[in-house]
Order: sequence, then C-alpha cells, then structure tokens
Amino acid sequence: MTEAGAEPPAATPSGGAEPLLRLRGVTKRFGPVQALTDVDLDIPAGQVTALAGDNGAGKSVLIKCIAGIHAPESGQMSWEGKPVHLRTPRDAADLGIETVYQDLALCDNLDIVQNMFLGRERTRSRVLDEESMETAARETLSSLRVTTVRSIRQPVASLSGGQRQSVAIAKAVLWDAKLVIMDEPTAALGVTQTAMVLELVRRLADRGHAVMIVSHNLNDVFQVADRIAVLYLGRMAAVRPISELDRQIVVDLMTSGESTRSAPSAGTA
Amino acid sequence: MAKVDPTPGVVPPEEEPSEAAELAVSAELVATSVPEYLKAALARVRGGEMGILPVVGGLLLVSIIFQSLNSHFLTAANLVALLVQAALFSMLAMGEIYALLLGEIDLSIGFVAGLGGVILAELLKPTGFDWPWWAAIAVSLAACALIGLIQGSLITRLGLPSFIVTLAGLLFWQGLMLRILGNGGSILVSDATVNGIASGNLTPAASWIVMLAIVGIFGVMTWRRDARRRAAGLVAPPKGVTGLKIGGALAGGVVVVLLCNADRGRLVPIQGVPYVVLLVFLVLALWTFVLGRLRFGRYIYAIGGNAEAARRAGVNLSWIRTFGFVMCSLTAGIGGLIYVSRLRSISTAVEGGTLVLYAVAAAVIGGTSLFGGRGKAVHGVLGGIVIAAIYNGMGLLGVAAPTQYMVTALVLLAAVTIDSLARKGRSPGR
Repeated sequence: MTEAGAEPPAATPSGGAEPLLRLRGVTKRFGPVQALTDVDLDIPAGQVTALAGDNGAGKSVLIKCIAGIHAPESGQMSWEGKPVHLRTPRDAADLGIETVYQDLALCDNLDIVQNMFLGRERTRSRVLDEESMETAARETLSSLRVTTVRSIRQPVASLSGGQRQSVAIAKAVLWDAKLVIMDEPTAALGVTQTAMVLELVRRLADRGHAVMIVSHNLNDVFQVADRIAVLYLGRMAAVRPISELDRQIVVDLMTSGESTRSAPSAGTA
Repeated sequence: MAKVDPTPGVVPPEEEPSEAAELAVSAELVATSVPEYLKAALARVRGGEMGILPVVGGLLLVSIIFQSLNSHFLTAANLVALLVQAALFSMLAMGEIYALLLGEIDLSIGFVAGLGGVILAELLKPTGFDWPWWAAIAVSLAACALIGLIQGSLITRLGLPSFIVTLAGLLFWQGLMLRILGNGGSILVSDATVNGIASGNLTPAASWIVMLAIVGIFGVMTWRRDARRRAAGLVAPPKGVTGLKIGGALAGGVVVVLLCNADRGRLVPIQGVPYVVLLVFLVLALWTFVLGRLRFGRYIYAIGGNAEAARRAGVNLSWIRTFGFVMCSLTAGIGGLIYVSRLRSISTAVEGGTLVLYAVAAAVIGGTSLFGGRGKAVHGVLGGIVIAAIYNGMGLLGVAAPTQYMVTALVLLAAVTIDSLARKGRSPGR
C-alpha cells in the first residue's frame, strides 16, 4: 500500500502515534453522483471525533463505508496500521467497529439482554444460556453506569429514547468495539436524555474506545467532541482539534468549505 | 441459601440518585415478595402485555354462558370430549403461530393437514402400501415439512407475500388432495395405533403417573432455574412465586386427570387421559422449548419484532423464515394425523379453508399478535380450547352450523380488537 505517501496536513494525527483507523483518498460514487472525493481522516483511540457537514455532504456515506455497508471505489483504509478492506458489516464487526444507527436497530418485543446479544447469543449445548448473558449484560451496563433501567428483562418497547440509545451503545461495548460509530445519537432526545447520552459518549472515549459521532447539533458536538471533521460536498474541509474551532468557524466550513475567521485560542492551521 | 439482592438489576453502588430519578420507568420485575410480584404483573397488564389473561377470561365467560344454558356443558364427559375436539384446532394453531410470530400468515395449513392425512391413509391402506404406522406417520410428516419448505422458499427467496403464496397453496394442496382421493372418494384407516391416538386412553393409574411425572419434571426445572438465577444475583421471582407456579401446574394436572378418570362411558366404562391430549401436550412442550430456549426461536421473535435489526445483527433472515414455514406445515401434518385418527378415515369432506381460519382465530384468541413478534405455543392450545368450547357448546344447544360460524367470527373479531388495542397501549413513545 502507499502508506508512506504525502499526507495532507489536515489529517495529521494529533498525537503522532498510529491512529486506530486511517482513511486515505477514500472516494465513493453512486452513478453520476460523486458522494465522497478523496477523503482523508484519522480516528484515534480514546477520543471523540465528530463528523459535521450539511445535508448531503456525505456524512452517512462515509460512516457506511467505515461500517462496511458501502465499499469505496478507491482509497485506502488501515486499521491499527494494517491495510483492510471492509466488504460487509460483518468484516467491520470482526475488526471491532460497531455502528449505532439512528433508528437503533433494536427489537421492541425483545428485552434488553436479548437485544444486546442478538445474533451472538451464548449457548450451552445448543440451549440459550440466559444466566450468563444476563450477567454479562448487567456488568456492561453498570460499567457504563447506565443505571436508569430497573430491570434488564423489560422489553425495549417500554424504554425511553435515552434508555434505548444507552442500550444500543452498551451493545457495542459488550462486543468489545474499539471504534463506536454513532449516527445522530441525540436527534430524537429531550434535554436531560441528551445529557445522559453525551455523558455516556464521553465515558466511552475515556475508557479508551474511539468514538465517531455524526451530529447536526453543534451544541452537542462542542460539548462532547475532541476533534471535529467537517465534510463539504463530499470533500474533507477540515479536521481540527476542538480548541482550534468555534461554532462560527464550523458553520463557515459546513456552508462554504472554508473559513477566514481566526480560532478562539490558537491561529488556524 | 441463595442471597437475595434487595435491588436486583443494574444498580452499582456509586450511582448518583438524581440520575436514576430522571427517567420514569415502567414498573417491572424488581419484586422480592409475592404481593410486589403481583403488582408488577398488574402493571405489565396495564402496559398492554396481557399474556393469556384475555383468553382465560374468555374461557370462563364461555363456560358460564353455556353452563347456564345447558347443564350438561360442565360435566366431566363433555369436558373431556371438548379437549379431544380442541386437539385439532390447538395443533393447527400451534403451527400457525410460527407464521404469525414472523409477521406472516399461512393460509394453507388446513389442506396441508388434509393432504398429510391422505398420504398417511394411503400408506396405511392394507390393500395398498400397507406400511407400519410409524413409517407412514414419518413419511406423511416429512411430506408436510417439504410443503413448508417449498412455500417458505417461494416467500423468502422470491420475496413473494406469504398471504398469496399460501393462498395458492390452499388451492393447490386441496386440488392435489381431491385428485388423490378421486371423485367423492374416501380412505378408511384400520390401523389400531393411528386410530387409538384420538379414541384411546391411558389407564387411570397411568394417567396419574404420567401427570405426576410431567409436573415433577416441570417443577424441578422451574425450581432449579429460579434458584440458579437467585444464586447468580439476577432478577428472579421470589420463592413464593416459584412455589405458586409449581403448585398451579400440579393443581391443573390433578383437575385434568380427575376429569379424565371419571367414567364417561355409556355402555362400557371409559376412563383415563386420551392419548391425543398427551400428544398436544408433548408438542406444546417441544415448541415452547424451541421458541423460548433455542437460537432459532429467538430469531423468529427478532424477525417478527424488527426484521431490519435482526438482519443487521447477522441473522440469516431467509433461512429462519423458511424454517418457520417448515415448522408451521410440519405441525399441520400432526394436525392431519389427529384428523385421520378421529374420523378413522379421510375423505373429500376436509374443510381445509375453515380449519385454517379456526387455526388463525385460535392463535389470536389465545393472545398471539397478528402483527408479529408476540405469542407463544400455549396461546394456540388455549385458543383451540376456546374455539372447541364454542363449537361444542353450540352443538349441545342444537345451534345450526351457520350460526356457529357467525358466533366464531364475532369471537375472532373480539380477539383481534383486543390485540389491536393492546398494541396501541404498548406502542413506544408513550
């Protein structure tokens, strides 16, 4: 692979160590529509990387490429320094990439434990091992301090939006996700529940997971993210640590792909 | 003894109380005593998870009505006859539940049962194949499973609606059945084992032994599972509730055996639990295990609840769906066996269309949702008993068939209404 090629400055890893996931020159087109053009992005472990951009900027396409749902036409992806090709969601899951979709992908009629283990149930001589699954689910939920559910045997239908989001996130953690991708995790939530979910997102990064969060809500983004990547018409307009950005700069980047304003603390890169 | 955590569930010590108080949570199983448990169960009913409550209520209502109109209804002899009548409906309903759980429907099972019966009768015919009973039953059930495989494959591989595929199946298998039987034809069955399923009984002593063995196995399994959950510190029903469950099963078993052991013969004494009741019970136990304790069953519920979520979780949707239809048709085949056994023959008079409607009605009356993802095998059995009770009661009153159809239709409508209302009650975003 052409790993040693020239790196655009915008994508220089913040620490200097190898990022968990590195995208170089990722391009995706749907028929005549150029959805992503030459996108570079590093996603380091232990940080929350927010992906911003106007509608149609290519945010969903980018996360679907990372989640293995779309295969990019060209470009390289490397995971922990090794080149990878993600052809199916299963490939991504095998690496440790878990996606929490906007519609959460939970079964209302199943309970929390059943949802968290769906597709990967533990069995003992082919019979479902409910005790072991319930214990593991409980440990994961309490390690994330998701404490507002009274019983993990209640059907997901009876949970609030924030609780459902928490269950979906805990499911990713249960499966040892190294990278958790979240698509609009707070879009349908009220104020307190948004705070609860953002706190959970922060906790996830503090535990060493890489988190990538797509959000329209700049309040949320500035509250929780370490770095912000802004897509503009399928191109990566900028990837910067949050200290070099303010809301106005991000809005400029989202709407025009560039910003002439100076950052609050340091100068622009 | 197993330690009982006062607040089971997910409550680590360092949590801030404010965080826990933020969200209103529906009262669920955090109970540690019998009254609390009952309160939680009541809350669940209010939340739209009514389980078997409506069907038990309906059964009581039907019994009271018919008993007040004809005092013969609640006699031991009639109740046992009712159980035998219910066996066919219950069996077909237990098959239909696989399709309903998937959010699909299978309209063909009435004639699949009929065709299974024809195959069975043909294979047993002394002047024809003259096979032993076990081989004939095995081949007839395999043929029914194959029908399910064909229909299920058409539905999943080609993406055709199950309603249409199984409607075509209803016509096709009816045609095939009539073709084999010939114009107005029928086949008599003289095999003692097959005929004995519906008309034979365990001896009274054997009835007691079998009942005690079943309740004993159920009791040990239930007690051990709850004890294991308590030991692991998981949410478990309190010991009192575990005891109540086992006691309830024992009481039910005693009542059934007492009813069946009462002499119901007119000329010669007839006593004991009919084999067909045992057969229904066996299938009920098996299907409950398959749906509740195996991955296959879990995926059936997951697909019925949210097929897209199941697909993303890596569940093989077409395989599970197809196999669901196989289970449905296979169970219909057992229904065909019961049909043949009861009539000691099979003829062109099989009303497969009516039977499938009774099967769907029984499943829904029992508490299975038409919208997928909610239901249990036991719903089919209970619903089948309700249908048989209406059938039997109106027979006692001398009500003609047209009225029976109309009353059954009204009961079905009532059941679907309850299902629909309950669904609204439990829809998310309340």
